[in-house]
Amino acid sequence: MSLGDDRPLLSVRRLVKRYGPQVACLDVGFDLWLGEVLGVVGESGSGKTTVLDCLSGRVAADGGRVEYATAVGDVVDVRRLDEPRRRRLLRTEWGVVHQNPRDGLRMGVTAGANVGERLMALGARHYGGIRDAALSWLTQVEIAADRVDDLPETFSGGMQQRLQIARNLVTRPRLVLMDEPTGGLDVSVQARLLDLLRGFVADLGLSAIIVTHDLAVARLLAHRLLVMRAGEVVESGLTDQVLDDPQHPYSQLLVSSVLHP
Amino acid sequence: MSAYNFAYLDEHTKRMIRRAILKAVAVPGYQVPFGSREMPLSYGWGTGGVQVTASVIGPGDVLKVIDQGADDTTNAVSIRKFFERTTGVPTTTRTDLATLIQSRHRIPETPLHAGQILVLQVPIPEPLRWLEPREAETRKMHALEEYGVMHVRLYEDITRHGRVAQTYEYPVLVNDRYLMRPSPIPKFDNPKLDMSPALLLFGAGREKRIYAVPPHTRVRSLDFEDHPFEVEHWDRPCALCGARGVFLDEIIVDDKGGRMFACSDTDYCARRQAEGAIGPNGA
Repeated sequence: MSLGDDRPLLSVRRLVKRYGPQVACLDVGFDLWLGEVLGVVGESGSGKTTVLDCLSGRVAADGGRVEYATAVGDVVDVRRLDEPRRRRLLRTEWGVVHQNPRDGLRMGVTAGANVGERLMALGARHYGGIRDAALSWLTQVEIAADRVDDLPETFSGGMQQRLQIARNLVTRPRLVLMDEPTGGLDVSVQARLLDLLRGFVADLGLSAIIVTHDLAVARLLAHRLLVMRAGEVVESGLTDQVLDDPQHPYSQLLVSSVLHP
Repeated sequence: MSAYNFAYLDEHTKRMIRRAILKAVAVPGYQVPFGSREMPLSYGWGTGGVQVTASVIGPGDVLKVIDQGADDTTNAVSIRKFFERTTGVPTTTRTDLATLIQSRHRIPETPLHAGQILVLQVPIPEPLRWLEPREAETRKMHALEEYGVMHVRLYEDITRHGRVAQTYEYPVLVNDRYLMRPSPIPKFDNPKLDMSPALLLFGAGREKRIYAVPPHTRVRSLDFEDHPFEVEHWDRPCALCGARGVFLDEIIVDDKGGRMFACSDTDYCARRQAEGAIGPNGA
């Protein structure tokens, strides 16, 4: 798809997920354009992660449409895609960065194998080539090349998170779903990770959906914001607009809850 | 003897197992579930292999049983006795004369020929088992041919050891489709799986799976372009028969560190010696 097309990369309509009588997300809808970063903010339990899980297919939604414009130009409804194609899409054009790196990394194999896994899954069969790609991506996420043969367990939390990002970006995805990518990291490490992510979004033309409860992260990374509460989107708009002039009472509460040092 | 049906299993069970075998032959490398029975043998001693053998053996067969290449070890002797008692078919140690061979951990050195059936005992049939713990997920991976993770494992081996350190149960791709664990045969035997003129059947009793490599089926050992698959080789011949290019066992001969390397395939070694071949330690 070229940027000239006036079709969003991802178009979500009336997404619903219930757990029994409990509503996890209700009628969530948004458009995401190529090169855009959408932030989803809200308190714990507001359904942010459920939205992300429904998009990636980790959780089956109960209703709604998720239309994605693929690299070759056709539009697919991700929810109705057959499983081989959906899994393939997740491995090639999409990436998922989990809040806990242990969910997204293979902890028992070296950093190089972690980065190379998606390449091998797509048929790369040249050891040297896979290793070169791994080295190149480790450098790009600011992990020293001599750590390529170390296990992720020996990495700090921030390094593990960056390794997770490298592992996803190695196949050049067009859309990355991130769930609290900076959760559990101290502020200076957070800042470095945010810098890195901003660089990738700018340089690679990535589109991303970032779920976070941290409004500072949202302000730094996201072009647009969705504010969620009790499973519903209560406000959406440009990030600055939502954060500086919140309209909905809940958004106002959320913004005013943040301490400014 | 009359208390038992021919080959121990009742005819309904044999039919069920034969159906599984037919399906396994039709889909090379695919693990077919079957209703594995209790056998008068512990799990891990070849209950799967015994059930497959019992289902395909007929009065006209000549049976050979191998355990780790040898005809005279406990497992081989007891399974051979079991079928002698329950079928009355003649048994042999000679690979070339047998029509049906049940084996644990080896494929004979003597090339198999068309019409023979080799039954291998399998402890763990699932090649993805230690990479993916969920059975539902491994089945999905087979269905969708998502085998990249096996190469992750080979990548790890090369990274840590400079080569693929897996020496037995070396994963293979059957008929360019299904990833298969070729039972715990040494990787030395993997090339014998490829385009074998004999029918190869694999039975896992505890895990209740049967799979097959039909005759003349392509079986490729996984590797990397720049780290091609290699088999083990020894820098010395068999101490007893002088054979080269065969799989050798290391045998400790005294308590002073003495050791010798001899053919793992006892039938092959004995026949070579009978023909006059002699190795450095040969009598």
